[in-house]
Formats: sequence, C-alpha cells, structure tokens
Amino acid sequence: MGGEVRQLLEQIHRFSRRCLFRVLSMGPLPTHLAFIMDGNRRYAKKRGLEDGSGHKAGFSTLMSMLQYCYELGIKYVTIYAFSIDNFRRKPEEVQSLMDLMLEKIKSLLDEESIVHEYGIRVYFIGNLGLLNDQVRAAAEEVMKATAKNSRVVLLVCVAYNSTDEIVQAVKRSCVDKADRDVERIQLVDIEENMQMSVAPEPDILIRSSGETRLSNFLLWQTGNSQLFSLDALWPEIGLRHLVWAILNFQRSHSYLEKRKKQL
Amino acid sequence: MPKHVAIILEGNRRWAEKRGLGPSQGQEAGARTVMENVKDYFSMGINTVSLFAFSTENWGRPGDEVKYIMDMFEKIVKSEMPNLRRYGVKVSVIGKRTNIPESLLHLIGEAEEATKNNKEKQLIMALDYSGKFDILQACKSLAEKAKNGLINIEDIDENLMDKELMTSCSEFPNPDLLIRTSGEQRISNFYLWQSAYTELYFPSVLWPDFGGAEYLEALDWYQKRQRRFGLRV
Repeated sequence: MGGEVRQLLEQIHRFSRRCLFRVLSMGPLPTHLAFIMDGNRRYAKKRGLEDGSGHKAGFSTLMSMLQYCYELGIKYVTIYAFSIDNFRRKPEEVQSLMDLMLEKIKSLLDEESIVHEYGIRVYFIGNLGLLNDQVRAAAEEVMKATAKNSRVVLLVCVAYNSTDEIVQAVKRSCVDKADRDVERIQLVDIEENMQMSVAPEPDILIRSSGETRLSNFLLWQTGNSQLFSLDALWPEIGLRHLVWAILNFQRSHSYLEKRKKQL
Repeated sequence: MPKHVAIILEGNRRWAEKRGLGPSQGQEAGARTVMENVKDYFSMGINTVSLFAFSTENWGRPGDEVKYIMDMFEKIVKSEMPNLRRYGVKVSVIGKRTNIPESLLHLIGEAEEATKNNKEKQLIMALDYSGKFDILQACKSLAEKAKNGLINIEDIDENLMDKELMTSCSEFPNPDLLIRTSGEQRISNFYLWQSAYTELYFPSVLWPDFGGAEYLEALDWYQKRQRRFGLRV
C-alpha cells in the first residue's frame, strides 16, 4: 500500500513539474548550468551525522538536480566535484571522498542509471593524473561508454582548478605555435586548448551554502555568466532553487536584450 | 581588511535614464563619484584599488558615448593627479593601449611616471581591459620567452602566469573583494584569473550613488565573510 501511494505521489510530482517546466520554457532557457556543490560537510554537522553522510546526501541532491535540468531541456550541466585544493584536506576525508566517487562513477554505467535514462554524454574534466588509478580508470570507462550519447551533457570537474586548466591550455598553445610567429597566438587558440571547450560557456553558475567566491572554478568560462549564491547547503537544494535561478536568468536576459536593441 | 579591492563601475547610464538625462550626463556623474571618493578607497590599510572603467566590449557602443567615456577618463586623471601624488598613490593603467587616443595615452604615461616610486597605495585603472586578453598576452609573453630559450614550456605554471599578467604591477595582484554596482551579478570579463578566490559583492545601488557609506558597507560585508571562513572546519 505504501509503495503504491509513493508511486502515485511520484507521478503527481512529475506531472506538476512538467507543467511548471512548460511554463518556464515559454521564456529563454539557459543552455548550460554550472554548480558548485558546497555545504555537504556542514549539512552532516548540522544534523549530527558523520561526515560521509553529508556527501551521500549531496550526491542524491545532485541526481535530482540533473533530472530537473535535463527534463527542463538544459543541454549542458557542469559540476565542481573535487578541486585540486581539496587534496589538502585530511587524508581520511580525501580517501573517503575518492571511495565515494569511485562507487558513484561506476554506478553511472548501470542500466538504470540516469545516464541511460537521459542519454547523457559524460566528460571528466581536470588533472586526472592526480587521481588514483582506480578512479581514473572508472572515469575513463564512463567517458568511453557514453561517447556516443548526444542528447545532453554532464561535465564533472574533478581534480580540477581553473588556473590549472588555463596553464595547461597556455602550455599547449605555446607548443602548437613554437615554430611559428608567437604573435599569431590568438584567444581562439587558448580557447581550443581548454578542456572545457567541449561545452559552450555557462549561462548560469550556482553556488550553494552562501559562499560568494568562485574558488578557482571555470574562471575563463564564466566571464559573462550570471552568478548566484544560495544560502541553502547543497543537500538542501531543490527544484525551487533551480526555478528561482531560471526566473532571474529570464528577467536579466530580457533586460540585456532590451539594452542590445537600444544600442 | 582586504589588501586589494576591485570595483566594476556600472550603472551610469541607468542612473541618467532614471533622471531623464542623457548617457553622457550619467558618465559625468560616475566620474564625479570617482573623483570625490578615490582617496577614501585606501583607508584602513587597503593597498590596491582597481577600477574597471572600460572594456573591449564597450567598443560596441555608439561612437559618441565611447568618446565621452574617454574624455571623462582624461578628466579624472587630470583632475585627480595632484591629489594622488599628495597621497602617495602609485597610478597604473592596464589594458590594451592600441585604441586609446594619443592625448589620453600621453596623460597616462605622465601619471605613471610621476607616481612610479610610491609604494603604499596603488590605483589600477583598467581601461580597455579584458580578463581573457590579459591571459592571452601573458601566454604570448611566455611563448616568446620560451622561443628565446629563457624558460622551458614545461616549466610554465601558475606562478609564471602571475608574473606575466598585467596585475603584476601590484604587490597584491589578486583582489580580495570585487564590487560590482547596479545589481548585475556578473564579472563581465574583468579580472578572471585574478578572481579565483575573490569575495564577490553585488550591491544594487547604481555607480553614481556609490559613496563613502556604501563603500564602508561593502567592507563590513567583506569582514563578515572572512570571519565565517575562519570558523569553518
């Protein structure tokens, strides 16, 4: 009986979400959304749970948010999963995060995973050489397995720092033009060598838990993105936050269009 | 207290529209705000202040307005030079210099020369500056050095980049606090690399109305962020 009621509720939620999304789609929608999923540890502390459960709750929130984004028709979602700076945390925490990542990355290959439901192409962006062999191998397997998917894209930034990404792109640009005139290096050369060049620039960047910094995430790519800082901790983030961000995006978008027409 | 505060001066045009004035009057009001407040920006131990006045994107604006912004800039530099010298402020201008009128370039050169030995305070004016362009010119400079055998490409890292970016003119190249007025929540290609760990503050007040009180509010807001950061595990 409980299971049926739950299923019914789920159906009702889906239906009302579809109606809501249809209304939202009448205005411009972002093509690319980026998330800094901050606040898992604070969430665990707040509820008196052990550290690991904050990250597990965070993962569950991530799955819901991806579902909403792809249902709404947003094609690209980028998440800041693990920063190069995070390697400086306590070794036990880093290890447990790596274990969780390995588990979750592997689960993406399951039949019932969200990857198959939405035809997601997954990219792992970052200095993957810094990861342990198992996590790296799992990541590469997922990238290979989803390479043919083309409906929507998930970019997972792991062992990532934007300044590191830029340095690698600069190095590659120098190597490419080593024999030719250095003056001919252009923005597009650096751009092409950025790992994130597989996606357009994010329209919106959302950071949870109230921090108002980029923390070395997508610095090159968010020059024109609308930045939102939400007070809620990442596991507390839900549909209402996404809708709010999109409504703000639509309002700002129409203002910018008006300005462009004036010019 | 932040060592480096960066400000995106936005809202002159909207300020003028609200009052039924023309855009040039908006720019003038904006310039006045800079002139009236610039020395106070350095209070409380703040070493570097960056003002983002004009970017490559602005070139798309109607010709008259671009000329007016340049004229305003000239006016600010001329009018404030005696004050800046008196307060021991080093003036630096960063950005592409190729499209800036001769007269302004000359003035900038003079200002930089006259204040180059000042150490404790620095005013960086970003004129026709773009964060991506800054990274590109750093890249080209490093490529040139590599070509001339001064460095190896494999040795290029964050530190070498820091030294090549235009903000290397300051002892504190990375802003601790970035303020953008008029409520728009974007960096609009101002400091990109340099904003990696910068606290971002977006008050809704329009630039011409951003006075001493508003600046103190921003600093107050910044202090609260730092305290929370300190308490976090």
